[in-house]
Amino acid sequence: MKTNLLKVLATGAVLSFGGTAALATECIAPANPGGGWDFTCRQIGKILFDIGQVSSPVVVTNMAGAGGGLAFSTVVNERNTDADLIVAASSATSTRLAQNAYGGATADQVRFVGAIGADPGVIVVAADSPFMTLSDMVEAIKADPTSVAFAGGSAAGGFDHMKPLQIMKAAGFTDITQIPYIGVDGGADAITQTIGGFTQAMTGDMSEIVGFIQSGEVRVLAVLSEERVPGFEDIPTAVEQGYNVVAVNWRGLYVPGGISDAEFQVWADRLQAVAESDEWKEAMAANGLAPFTKVGNDFQTWVDGVIAETVELSKEIGVIQ
Amino acid sequence: MDLLANLALGFEIALSPWTLFLAVIGCLLGTVIGALPGLGPSNGVAILIPITFTLGLDATAALVLLTSVYYGAMYGGRISSILLNIPGDEPAMMTTLDGYPMARAGRAGDALVISGVASFVGAFLATVLLALVAPYLARLAYKFGPAEYFALYMLAFMTLGGIGSNNQAKALLASCIGLGIAMIGLDNTAGGVPRFTGGNLHLYDGIDFLVAIVGLFAVSEVFFFIESHGKGSAIGVKLESVTIPWRELWVTRWTMLRSSVVGFVAGVLPGAGASLGSFLTYMMEKTIAGPSGKFGTGVARGVAAPEAGNNAAAGGALVPMLTLGVPGSGTTAVLLAVLMTLNITPGPTLFTDRPEVVWGLIASLFIANFVLLALNVPMVRLFVKILSVPPALLLPGVTMISFVGIYSLTGSYFDLVLMIGFGVMGYVFRKLDIPTVPIILGILLGNQMEDNLRRAMILSRGDWTYLLSSAISIGLWIAAILGFLAPFFLRHMLKRPVAPDEANED
Repeated sequence: MKTNLLKVLATGAVLSFGGTAALATECIAPANPGGGWDFTCRQIGKILFDIGQVSSPVVVTNMAGAGGGLAFSTVVNERNTDADLIVAASSATSTRLAQNAYGGATADQVRFVGAIGADPGVIVVAADSPFMTLSDMVEAIKADPTSVAFAGGSAAGGFDHMKPLQIMKAAGFTDITQIPYIGVDGGADAITQTIGGFTQAMTGDMSEIVGFIQSGEVRVLAVLSEERVPGFEDIPTAVEQGYNVVAVNWRGLYVPGGISDAEFQVWADRLQAVAESDEWKEAMAANGLAPFTKVGNDFQTWVDGVIAETVELSKEIGVIQ
Repeated sequence: MDLLANLALGFEIALSPWTLFLAVIGCLLGTVIGALPGLGPSNGVAILIPITFTLGLDATAALVLLTSVYYGAMYGGRISSILLNIPGDEPAMMTTLDGYPMARAGRAGDALVISGVASFVGAFLATVLLALVAPYLARLAYKFGPAEYFALYMLAFMTLGGIGSNNQAKALLASCIGLGIAMIGLDNTAGGVPRFTGGNLHLYDGIDFLVAIVGLFAVSEVFFFIESHGKGSAIGVKLESVTIPWRELWVTRWTMLRSSVVGFVAGVLPGAGASLGSFLTYMMEKTIAGPSGKFGTGVARGVAAPEAGNNAAAGGALVPMLTLGVPGSGTTAVLLAVLMTLNITPGPTLFTDRPEVVWGLIASLFIANFVLLALNVPMVRLFVKILSVPPALLLPGVTMISFVGIYSLTGSYFDLVLMIGFGVMGYVFRKLDIPTVPIILGILLGNQMEDNLRRAMILSRGDWTYLLSSAISIGLWIAAILGFLAPFFLRHMLKRPVAPDEANED
């Protein structure tokens, strides 16, 4: 009796997890529930239905594995012509593709349909740090590349690691492999290590440090967006300090590579409609995202450019050959 | 009294018929999820996230439901540990060591009651500490860098020798195998180099410890069962009547209190978590008791220590999550994600910005705790009934649940094959009397230990003395070395005076 009950409960739990209705639009979140990709699928999926862009509720499937690689290979190998399938993506997706971290898969196997929000990159120091501006830090690194260790939430060679290196390259410094970087478990962990004095600076996303800005324990040297971020107008951009670096963690979607141009355009238009909706603007504000809308072929071209840049930088620091 | 005012605020928010109803549902669900092999607290909470969205629960209601499931799963994990020798989730692993021998001796009811009360004591004290000192304790995380974490993991591995088996070399072998398995997957420190994956994408994330636990414990149990036709299994053991063992509860009071404090501190340190909490408390109590404590043969203290420890750690893990936004365990990582989707950003300002959330959460933890105690002790009679199910039905049922649970992790058959592989390995190892607990600990902690060592080496530019550069790390290293040596000395000291039959005990 008891075992039967347990079985029923367990089976029910699994069904609610993986159940997929035929013909409805499906959004694959290549991670477990709760993360950024899951948020992308759930929010965009809900808004697509609420504003009438799709006729039935979007089904969200969580397919965690290999940092998104499992979902990527599933889409390429099994769902390549499915026009009712969208997949959540972000900067991590393009970085990993550039670094061949998806087991040989390449970016041209899918089509990047659009980004409709972004989390701007930041360079942060503890409040008691001697560095008052980005230039202070850049000069210190030029004098001794090992004197400033960075902590970030991504693995070595990942998106967070790239940000300070891009800044140093923009400053004309080439010996970037000397700069120490440790990848820890997420941005909050990285900021903790920096406040604790184990690393001299933190590289991450704006949303990861909002609480620490408010508590006055950190100083943001630069935000890596094109414009200053609404709500944080006193934080200067890297660009205005003379370092031409824009690094934002975009949130968007890719679709299977085998769909037609017309089908691709349908998704681009739908995504544009989501970007313009009030619901999405609310969701962005609530989650610390800054507006960043690029859809359709524009976005594909932009992603291709970012990937080429990442490949170049990754080769330079030896992450790929 | 700020604290009382805050608590009053919390209970005002959390104490409504609707939230109480959610707490009861959450506790029941959590207990079942925790008891099911292959489904632990983090999956339990993750499974319920979509449900909270669908129901459109507000922040407080969602938190009450999810924390009830969290605490419920921490309680529930012990049930299958004790009754079936199969840990329901990873922190309950240590409970098998003494809980299952108690069950085989016909004292399943006692073990369940003692561990239930220990869970309550651990979780209750942790919640009190959370309410009292959370904002101050957040500073503790600032004191722990890579060198300190590495020393902490060394402490765990150095004390492994005395576990489960009488042969230290076998325990060492098992932990090395565990560490080796932990190396499978992407190497994140060096920039995502795949190691030992054979190009298989399924192995890029490494091997999930739940797959290993279910394989090594549940599947190997099935093999044993088939081999012995059910003899030598706890299943079918005659039960004595279930009474509350007041005397043993009283005897274990200091064990529970000590373990709660140690477990809480282990939980507060991000990255250590409940498994380390239950492990350290078990080994601490074992060392304090010495060989005459007969740990591993089915003693009450061996059940009380890990349960108080892991439940206290579950509460402790909420401290860095709420005050820093750093999840201290897999489950708090999921809870953190839930908070973010509810538009609550944990961090240093959470306690001042959103007191209603924090104190509502703390109040709901207290509620969940009392609900769980009220559910668990009277339900012991029901739980032990599981043992009266004919083994021919029970074991296939447990196996099926394990398969479903593991399948739900990633939805791929690959993990199922891997799990059976671990089952075969567990069977062979148990035949050779090699303990399996160190293997799991190696898988659980190996990556963190390696990552922290390598981070320390990056920061120090390869200078080994960096590992001993702070008072905290030196203290942890001393504790680790003492923990390694203590069993030898204790055995020698106690061997001389005691009678030969006692000395032969281990």
